[in-house]
Amino acid sequence: MEQFFQQLTNGLAVGSIYALIALGYTMVYGVLRLINFAHGDLFTYGAYLGMTLLTSFLLHDHLGLALGLVVLAVMVMGLVAVIGVILERAAYRPLRESPRLSAVVSALGASIFLQNALMLVYGARYQVYPDILPQTTVSLLGQQVPVMRIAVVLVSVTIMAALYLFVQKTKVGTAIRAAAIDQGAARLMGIDVNKVVTIVFVIGPALGGGAGLLVGLYYGQISFTMGWIYGMKAFTAAILGGIGNIPGAMVGGLLLGVVEALGAAYVSFAWKDAFAFLVLILILIVRPSGLLGERVAEKI
Amino acid sequence: MAARTTTRLAIGYALAVAFIAAAPLFLDAYWLDVLNSVGLYVLLALSLNLILGDAGLFNMGHAAFYAVGAYTTAILSTRFQIPILWTLPASAVVAALFATLVARPVVHLRGDYLLVVTIGLGEIVRIALVNDVFGLTGGANGIFGIARPTVFGLKIRRPHEFLYLIWAFVAVTVLLFHRLEQSRFGRALNYLREDPVAAEGSGVNTARYRLLAFALGAAWAGMTGTLYAAKMTIISPESFGFWESVVLFLMVILGGSGSIPGVILGATLVVVLPEVFRGFASARMLVFGLVMMVMMVVRPQGLLAFRILRFKESDVRRAGASQ
Amino acid sequence: MSALLEVRGVTKSFGGLTAVSDVSFDVEAGSVVGLIGPNGAGKTTTFNLITGNYRADRGTIRFEDRAIDRMRTHKIVQAGIARTFQNVRLFQQLSAVENVLAGRHCRTKSGALGALLRPPWQVREEREAAARAVEELAFVGLSGHAMELAKNLAYGDQRRLEIARALAADPRLVILDEPAGGMNEQETEELIGLIGRIRKRGITILLIEHDMSLVMRACEHIVVLEYGEKIAEGPPASIQANPRVIEAYLGTEEV
Repeated sequence: MEQFFQQLTNGLAVGSIYALIALGYTMVYGVLRLINFAHGDLFTYGAYLGMTLLTSFLLHDHLGLALGLVVLAVMVMGLVAVIGVILERAAYRPLRESPRLSAVVSALGASIFLQNALMLVYGARYQVYPDILPQTTVSLLGQQVPVMRIAVVLVSVTIMAALYLFVQKTKVGTAIRAAAIDQGAARLMGIDVNKVVTIVFVIGPALGGGAGLLVGLYYGQISFTMGWIYGMKAFTAAILGGIGNIPGAMVGGLLLGVVEALGAAYVSFAWKDAFAFLVLILILIVRPSGLLGERVAEKI
Repeated sequence: MAARTTTRLAIGYALAVAFIAAAPLFLDAYWLDVLNSVGLYVLLALSLNLILGDAGLFNMGHAAFYAVGAYTTAILSTRFQIPILWTLPASAVVAALFATLVARPVVHLRGDYLLVVTIGLGEIVRIALVNDVFGLTGGANGIFGIARPTVFGLKIRRPHEFLYLIWAFVAVTVLLFHRLEQSRFGRALNYLREDPVAAEGSGVNTARYRLLAFALGAAWAGMTGTLYAAKMTIISPESFGFWESVVLFLMVILGGSGSIPGVILGATLVVVLPEVFRGFASARMLVFGLVMMVMMVVRPQGLLAFRILRFKESDVRRAGASQ
Repeated sequence: MSALLEVRGVTKSFGGLTAVSDVSFDVEAGSVVGLIGPNGAGKTTTFNLITGNYRADRGTIRFEDRAIDRMRTHKIVQAGIARTFQNVRLFQQLSAVENVLAGRHCRTKSGALGALLRPPWQVREEREAAARAVEELAFVGLSGHAMELAKNLAYGDQRRLEIARALAADPRLVILDEPAGGMNEQETEELIGLIGRIRKRGITILLIEHDMSLVMRACEHIVVLEYGEKIAEGPPASIQANPRVIEAYLGTEEV
């Protein structure tokens, strides 16, 4: 029971990080029908930028831990959003009218480029975050759970709820949803699709970069290649929930995190990374539209 | 036009054969080894080209089939002392069966979904190898002590000997794949790439040809795995990771998807250029990434996109005359 | 004696929308049958049910006394039904003759091994297939365009190339989905001639068309759909006089 509870909360924490990244995949896919393969690397950039900003400005010393972290998060998310917008301009916008394969290849190229640029700057070795967070645990339902684990879940869920409200309730959100359903019709209704794409490439990378910062703070160790495995898992989460579907990405992320944590604990730790891929393949075989997605008949 | 293309291609192949044949006269062992690498990658890229270039199926887990072939040879060689070259057919069959088995449930998936699924399959295979699946693969350390191949009583061990073995296999492959391209089978793969719905609606069993493309591509990758295992005498999972699949994908796209000479050129450039600019070795992947992005805007069809027209003007006239 | 094609009580829904509801009709061997109706009447869905692109929820479809409603599309082509598409679907990057050869695929046999070894029978089969493809190109009036890439052909020529591809499959029934779509008057005139020549070869034709003058001139039997249901059936004269048909078309298209 003890182990189960620990693994469950651990899975929820990892899963909420997957969910944050998955939102970027799902929003971009929703609007552009493109798998942004470089999204995982934007997540890594968040982690590295967070580390650099943390060590060079020592915001937590000047502003106090809580405010310092908030300012840090805003800076990281803003910077990664800028990279995201540049990425879209450079790698995707010129290929908007090209065949799918072109955009896919360009996305992979962007991913390789971003990853190796990071490696050239920071080196290929693991990087370690400064230890600034309390290691305390709290009692939850009679079990001791690390405070940070709860914080990760709470922060992620809050961000996701805010995003959901933004997309559902605001005018910009409505424009994003409209462009996702039918770009042509959205354009006819006076929606500037290019602006929508830019907004999506601000929000997605910002959330991904924020997730990178969380991983750095929570696990303390980051590497320049970690974006690919996190990215694949987050993408799995997006498919699991139904790609293009924002609540789906959240549900998919949490579900995948829990499945993976329990699988690693009770089936085999060595096969931990294979579970996510197995889930991905199974869901695409059985229900490609995802858990919350709708089936669409192909037009002939 | 078509006739001139064919002549140019023939001249190109003749020059390539002459260069390879004479290479031991003027290249040292290091560069001969680079040429051997080129040969292996040409084989892999051509085998991927059947799937990705000809049939238009986004396969980014090709290294898995390569791995299955290499491990088949390694296991047969170290456990059962079967001579290396005798394991070639075994590698081909095992890799093809494996490909058919794993591709069957997913092969109907739309373009980029298939891409992601094949990435997943490739990773699962790598993880399985690391975890010493069935107690056969030797875990993360892999398998060592693979025997050297013997051809007509001659033991192949030095770079120039491997050069002839590998490139003979390349020559046969190029010849056969050109034949394949200019046949009912090759056309069916092209129909599938151009428009699967129209292909099925014209009477092509698209499900079958998707699987056949995977099976044949995997068989060739598997045999290349045999050659690789024989050359290295030691293999481990890290040689068959995700990046290996990405590099193969890049070779096909860069050279010219669906074009045999294009893919050969793509594989050659991707292997040789980093050797030429060794001072920038660490920036190699950075440049690849940049090239992939720029290519898609500037020249999405690849460097050498031409394909040999299967029917020349004269064929059509002859066909018309025979009425 | 049963008809060449028998459609019986066929129904197909997408989600909550019933696209085709309990539709029945026959296509007699040797005839030219038109399937008409306003946009969204379920014409193309009916075609896709016959060709196996969609599975019917209910009902049966028989061709030459064989049930085909559970067969896969390529099997149906092999059984003798070839088609064209509403939005031309050619193999854009391939030459015209290669496009027509696609239709020959189900009547030829050589596989991968044959391609690699090239036995004499395979060489002969290839030559015969090419000859037939050239013949079909000439039949639809594309003699000089054999080597052109499909994407470089004029729109009307692309439609005719699709017909050549369908004919190369030795069909007993060809299904043409808006063959005159995007054609000018002269091209439409030529198309009517082509339909007549196809018929003379003993091939039965089922077509969807919005050009009513073409339908009235080329077809001897017409089936009218509206909102997925059959509302009338008969020879052109009776269809033109049918009040329900006139009502269905009133304000949308001229009859």
